Amino acid sequence: MIVAEQKPLEEIKSLIADAEKVLVVGCGTCVTVCFAGGEKEAGILASSLRMSTKLDGAPKEVTQVTVQRQCEWEYIDAIKDQINDVDIVVSLGCGIGVQAIAERYPKAVVVPGLNTSFLGLPTEQGVWEERCVACGECILGLTGGICPIARCAKQLLNGPCGGSQNGVCEINPDTPCAWQLIYDKLASQNRLHLIMDIQPPKNWSTSRDGGPRKITREDLRLAAEASE
Amino acid sequence: MTKTINSHSQIVAFCCRYCAYAAADLAGVLRLRYPPDIRIVQLPCTGRLDTLEVLHALEHGADAVMVAGCLEGDCHFQRGNIVARTRVNRIKELLTEIGIEPERVEMFNMSSAMGRQFAEAALEFTERITALGPSPLRSGLKEITEAVEM
Ligand code: SF4
Ligand code: SF4
Repeated sequence: MIVAEQKPLEEIKSLIADAEKVLVVGCGTCVTVCFAGGEKEAGILASSLRMSTKLDGAPKEVTQVTVQRQCEWEYIDAIKDQINDVDIVVSLGCGIGVQAIAERYPKAVVVPGLNTSFLGLPTEQGVWEERCVACGECILGLTGGICPIARCAKQLLNGPCGGSQNGVCEINPDTPCAWQLIYDKLASQNRLHLIMDIQPPKNWSTSRDGGPRKITREDLRLAAEASE
Repeated sequence: MTKTINSHSQIVAFCCRYCAYAAADLAGVLRLRYPPDIRIVQLPCTGRLDTLEVLHALEHGADAVMVAGCLEGDCHFQRGNIVARTRVNRIKELLTEIGIEPERVEMFNMSSAMGRQFAEAALEFTERITALGPSPLRSGLKEITEAVEM
């Protein structure tokens, strides 16, 4: 899932400083399960903003609504009236949700209430860890299901490096060495042969280095003629 | 003990069903008096404490929120009161960001047999809030002066 964290209240207040009517929009998917921007958090932020701006002597009218997913037109089309009724929208979706609302409502002023942090998973309730950077060419099949691109500080394809000490990465004693994890996992499965071949440099053009990425599936498109 | 305070605050107390609420009930059975400022809301367990409800209480006129659960180690649901304490700490941080004194929210622990301690906690917290004054969000307060004995 996409993991995010709420921005400090002060920062959100400065983003909405010029507005009087504010709509906080939560998202019911990734950011709900990481407790950053779901219905509950939208309610908490709206209440906090109402109280805080009242205490500042300039109370704002802050309302909130939460859609199932901010990154699909159908869901954000459903809140058209609320969006058109306010001066500013604070999106509690990830960066994609913020941009989706901004794109769908060209006149609306949309600001982010979250910092979108990474793609990861909750390793326990209340703890999230990064697991993937969407490199566009997955190599997990070679590495025992452990990603060295997301989890090795040097993104090595032929690790570990000399900084791997007692299973920990040199960047931080709390960070396990991804390549130690890969080695241990493959050794336990008798599959160490998978990392005996030297991997050539990774083709980063499938990642961010190739510019913004796009996937088109002609077999799924319904609006093909319309969009031509 | 006889104590008199001029109370005029509105305090919402979220009390867990098995301990704090039962302790409040016992305080009543024992004919102990505690400030009428306290309005009790029963929770199945303080682990059910909801940040949003605490904020709403403050936003809609409460001067303070008291959270009362079982003694640590004695929660009916094992760790609900421990979770509640960390949540109360988080709410205090949130209140600081908003501009409200974090002392307006506090966690208390007591067993169902501690009726007297409930009344004492209620008095102690009411005194603290009375000293702090009404919530900065509230204006045009109606002053109620009452003698409270316990
Ligand atoms: S807007 Fe972001 S957080 Fe919400 S569902 Fe889409 S990807 Fe997930
Ligand atoms: S190899 Fe690339 S796609 Fe696969 S998990 Fe790692 S970053 Fe994600």
